[in-house]
Amino acid sequence: MQQPIDGVLEAPYVMEYTYRRSLGPVMSAFFTALRDGRLLGARTASGKLVVPPLEWDPETGAAIAGLEPAAEEGVVTAATWVAAPEPRHLLQEPFAYALIQLDGASTAMLHAVACASLEACPVGTRVKLVWSESRTGSLRDIRCFEPVN
Amino acid sequence: MSEATKAVVKDVTTMASPVSLKFRARAGKDLSRFLRGMKERRIVGRVCPSCNYVYVPPRGACPTCGCPMGDERVLPETGTITTFCIVNIPFEGQKLKPPYVCASVLLDGADVALFHLVGGCDVNEVRMGMRVRAEWVDEADAELSLETIRYFVPTGEPDRPLAQIREHI
Repeated sequence: MQQPIDGVLEAPYVMEYTYRRSLGPVMSAFFTALRDGRLLGARTASGKLVVPPLEWDPETGAAIAGLEPAAEEGVVTAATWVAAPEPRHLLQEPFAYALIQLDGASTAMLHAVACASLEACPVGTRVKLVWSESRTGSLRDIRCFEPVN
Repeated sequence: MSEATKAVVKDVTTMASPVSLKFRARAGKDLSRFLRGMKERRIVGRVCPSCNYVYVPPRGACPTCGCPMGDERVLPETGTITTFCIVNIPFEGQKLKPPYVCASVLLDGADVALFHLVGGCDVNEVRMGMRVRAEWVDEADAELSLETIRYFVPTGEPDRPLAQIREHI
């Protein structure tokens, strides 16, 4: 505990909730596939591919028709720059958080893009998925996306 | 759910999703004086000049009257259990092994109860009105923390009648 000059004590105060949530059938399949190095999307009755998958069609609320492999390349639809990554971030160098619409998908997913600056990752940039070397069944199994030359 | 979906459901069925909120807490002047008292193994409260209520830990202003608090008062290490609960459920980060007792302890001369642990007896012996005293850690281990009181232990004195502590529950 520190003692600032005005005599008022100060200390770190960390509040933690160690939740573990169950994934349900669709997200279980999605994370299991990630662990195995495969990316899945949800095909809706109207034929759209939702990546990452949802349990229900976001437009109609109907159950999804099924899960199928999604492309590992796509385009950036929006991006922001993380200049000072924190320990909890997967990339420790500055990186872009981007919405990435994978080829054939109708929705975009949020993930990190490893690039030198935000200027190097404008909307429309083509990126490809980079898998983590050790995978456990989490979104971190995707290490990041990288611009495609 | 289609058969195709079911077929790929395997063993990743849960995910850790911890929430961690990192603050820097400032104790404020009064709580700082209370915590410094803990390091000296003294319990410091403060008196309201208007209603004469004694608050421990002390506060800057009386919650009832709204006026600035008056003199500090060092309180005795003895008191009475007003309410308590027996903790039987284990949880992450728990320091004591259940079952153990958390209690509101009304120190002698104080008007609000201090929340702390009760030790030194079987959990089933703890009761409302039970007389207790603070069991301090060794002087060398005293810190700027309420944990400088290890827990409250029974004194063996007769219980205080509930009528005497009712307004402090």
